[in-house]
This record gives sequence, structure tokens and C-alpha cells, in this order.
Amino acid sequence: MISSILHYEFLQNAFLSGIIIGIIAPLLGVFIVVRRLSLIADALSHVTLAGIAGSLYLSQTFTGLALLNPLYLGIVASVSGSVLIERLRRLYKHYEELAIPIIMSGGIGISAIFISLAKGFSTDLFSYLFGSVSAVSRQDLFIVVVIALLVIAFIYLFYKELFVLSFDDEYAKASGLPAKWIHLLFMIVTALVIAASMRIVGILLVSSLMTLPVAASIRIAKGFKQAILYAIIFGETAVIAGLVSAFYLDLAPGGTIVVISILILLVVIVGKKIAMSVRA
Amino acid sequence: MAQVPLIELKNVSFQYDYTQVLSNISLKVEQGDFLALLGPNGSGKSTMLKLILGLMKPTSGQIELFGQPANTFKKRELIGYVSQKSNSFNSGFPATVKEVVASGLTKKIGLFKRHLADQNEKVMQALRDVGMDGFANRNIGELSGGQQQRVFIARALVAEPKLLILDEPTVGIDHENVQSFYDMLANLNEHHKMTMILVTHDVDTVSNRISHVACLNQTIHFHGFKNDYDSLSDDQLNAWYGHAVRKIHHTKEEKTQ
Ligand SMILES: Nc1ncnc2c1ncn2[C@@H]1O[C@H](COP(=O)(O)OP(=O)(O)OP(=O)(O)O)[C@@H](O)[C@H]1O
Ligand SMILES: [Mg+2]
Repeated sequence: MISSILHYEFLQNAFLSGIIIGIIAPLLGVFIVVRRLSLIADALSHVTLAGIAGSLYLSQTFTGLALLNPLYLGIVASVSGSVLIERLRRLYKHYEELAIPIIMSGGIGISAIFISLAKGFSTDLFSYLFGSVSAVSRQDLFIVVVIALLVIAFIYLFYKELFVLSFDDEYAKASGLPAKWIHLLFMIVTALVIAASMRIVGILLVSSLMTLPVAASIRIAKGFKQAILYAIIFGETAVIAGLVSAFYLDLAPGGTIVVISILILLVVIVGKKIAMSVRA
Repeated sequence: MAQVPLIELKNVSFQYDYTQVLSNISLKVEQGDFLALLGPNGSGKSTMLKLILGLMKPTSGQIELFGQPANTFKKRELIGYVSQKSNSFNSGFPATVKEVVASGLTKKIGLFKRHLADQNEKVMQALRDVGMDGFANRNIGELSGGQQQRVFIARALVAEPKLLILDEPTVGIDHENVQSFYDMLANLNEHHKMTMILVTHDVDTVSNRISHVACLNQTIHFHGFKNDYDSLSDDQLNAWYGHAVRKIHHTKEEKTQ
């Protein structure tokens, strides 16, 4: 395995991207889960798909765009989607969750149109839907690195504000924090992480990498920093083990990563039950 | 320098979509006041506090904080707040008591800065003040409702605000701890010049600690020294409230103004 990684650039790209995503997706995921925004991550990933499908279609139709990396339009779509969701949530103050099906079905609908317009990018599309060990390019890796730096800078700079906002929205506003702006930035950063993670885990499974490790970590964490730490450990374990098994078994990494995440979650849930009954 | 009132409401009215909640409220709170805000359920007490805190905007009228119009007032760290439903937070939230109390320093520390040098000491002191220092590393969701409420009070105290706004802070706290909590407020008020606005239905317990009383029922029916409030007749109060209210009967212990 190690020698293959040293040998093949595509494996280096996949593993380096995977390791980075294994950190940033659960890191942001902790904030997403405690703020009950898990479904928004799902909606955004489907909007990203619309951008990807659109880009694949354009590059097929216009030869000048043949080399355009679909990730760019994917990022544009998911960031616009995040801003739109915010708009809708404010419009439907008492039905905030309504924004999710609107954006999600919009994303899938537009994707479906592009996919049927363009005939035959099935293999490419499959790798975008479920992730891929072989399809990650140097440029993809570069995009992932840039996004990771942005995400980590954002969390580092706004950690305490994000904590207050997540824990107690009203208190954040009463303290005079620029809650609206930080929230908007947060949504944009979420969109970026989704776009970055998609290459490895695939669009349909992106949100799971943001939520499953967190679901396990909040079962056992006492504090917030601890929850972040455990989530990253679980996420990283799932990504690395998932990529290795996907490589050897020739499976889509999205599938292996999610299944391993669920196994980790089960172990944590059952382990905690046992630990508690032993103590009792 | 002439003292400006910490809070001044000028002809403030507020309505939710269709219901008029506050009408023509004018009220000044001076530095050092310990004001009890009284009124029956639904009289608009929480609404008035939310207007002061900038959580909502008045439909008409002006609010000034520390001499500045509320909508341009930036130093919100000078105001501490314990809301009526602090325990409405997500109880599965993974946070320690210490993390929650430290979050009260967020505005004071300021954007892009990480923490204060003496942050830990301040947090522990605030926890000692509410008798919760033994729970510093416990998960907030694992505490009882009353214990959680004390942690939220510590979160408001930790930034050492000049003005403390408390919306029924003692709900769920047992009798003994309510007493020591009010003792602590009285001490902060007297020795640290912390101005207090306290919404309570439990007038008897606070009566010998407060300096002023305001009676609210859509509009301010009375605002003045506590002694003047005590000399109001029961009929008067009933007329304002529309039903009998308990009055303060602690005449022996009263401080003279
Ligand atoms: N979000 C809201 N939308 C519409 N009306 C509201 C809302 N919140 C409160 N009200 C109404 O405003 C009035 C004042 O409410 P408020 O919460 O300020 O009362 P309160 O004096 O704090 O009462 P309590 O003693 O029960 O806490 C009530 O009649 C209530 O029905
Ligand atoms: Mg109230």
C-alpha cells in the first residue's frame, strides 16, 4: 500500500485529500450538528451536484470548456445555494426547515435536466456521486488544500463566537455579536467543505462525513472541544480505513467510508451502554 | 460629569404582528439602581427587556443605553443578561459548565482575539459566586434545571457588566439558594455599583434588597422608590393589575431612602 502511494500520483492525491477532508468535515460537522443544520448539508450537496452536472454538460458541449474542472461550478452552485437557503429561512421564519426541500429538490431537478441533456458521462458522474480513489487530480487536491486553509482559519478566528451562536442564539444576539454575518460566513464555509469532500466521499454521502463522526463523538464527549477532537479522530479513521479498503476491494470509497463510520457509531453506542451498565 | 441614566426609554411602544404589548413607556434607570420590574403574566416585562437588549426594535419611541441611542450602542458587554427561559437550550449540547460560563466573555474579548489572560480565574470566580465551582468540568446537560440556571447567571456575571438584566432568574432554584443568590445581587449592587433590573413575581423575597419598583401592565403604572411603592393601597394595585397581587410587607427591615 505505502509503496503504491509513493508510486502513483492519483493515490497520493486521493489519500492527501482524504486526510484533509477527514479533519475539516467533522470539524465543521460538530457545529452543523449542534445547530441542527444536518439536513442543510444534505440539501447543499445536491445543489453542488447541479453545478457538477452543469459543468460536465458544458464541457461536453463547448470544446473550449473541455478542461474546466467541474469542482469550480460545483463550488459556485453550493455557495449560491447556501446564501439562498439563508434567504428562504428568513422568509419563512416559522417554517425554517421548508428551505431544505425547496433547495434540495431544486438541486436534483437541475441536475436531472443536465444529466439527460448530456448523453453519457456515466462513469464520471458515478465517481462524483459515490466518490473515487482514482479520479482525484492534482488540481482537485490543490482546491481541497485551499478550502481546508480557509475553513481552519475561519474556525480559529471565530471559534468563541461560533460556540455562543451554536449554544444560545438569543444570548449571542443580546451580547451584540454580529450573529447574522457570522452565520452567513458559516453557511458559505459549509458549502465549501461540501464541495471539497465530494471528490472523495461523493455527493450523495458528503453530509454523512459531517454528521456520523459527530453523532458518535457527542455520545461520549463532555465538552465542546472534546467533541471536536473525537469527531476528527472518528472521521479520520473512517476516511483512511475507507480509502484503503476501497482501493483493495475496488469499491466506491463513499460506500466504504460511510459503512465504517456507521460501524464506529455502533461501537460507541454499544460501548457506552456496556460501560454504563458496568458502572451501575 | 453629569450622570446619564444607564437606560432611558422615551415613549416606547411595541406590538407583535397584531397585539399591542407596550404603550408609551417612559422610564429611566440610573446607575446604582436596583429595580424590580413587576407585572402579571403577559404584561410585557420580557418584551421590554428584549427591546432594551436590542433583540427586537420598538414600533415607536427611542431607547438610549449609557447615553447613546440603542441601535448604535456597541458596548453590549456592559450589559449582562439572564433570560427567562435559559433552560430552553439543547440539553444534549456537548459543553462543559466552564465552556458555557467562558462564553459570557465572548463580546468582552472581542472579535479575532482568543482569550483573556485571567480568563480561567474569572470563570472560576463567577462559578464560586453562584456556588457551582464544584461542577466546572461537568456536562451542562447533566445538571438539574436549577443548577443550569445558576450556571447561566455565572455566564452573565463573568464579564463584570455594569448593568445586569435578570428575567425571573430564580425560577427552579431552591429557597436556600434563592436567598444567597439575592444576597449576592445586593452585594454586587452595593459594593460594585452594578445596576440591576430584576423581573420577579416573588416580591417578598427581594423586598429588602431593591431600591426601586416599576409596575408594568402594557404601560408603566408606577415607577419610584420602593418605599413609595409600599405605601400604595391594595386597591390601587388591583386596579392596575386587574387582580389581587401580593404586596411587600417588610416594613421593619426597610432601608430609608
Ligand atoms: N413571539 C410573540 N409573538 C406574538 N405575541 C407575543 C410573542 N411573545 C409574547 N407575545 C405576547 O406579548 C405579551 C407580553 O409578553 P411577555 O413575554 O413580554 O410577558 P411577560 O410580562 O414577560 O409575562 P410572564 O410573566 O409570563 O413572563 C403577551 O400577551 C404575549 O402573548
Ligand atoms: Mg416574561
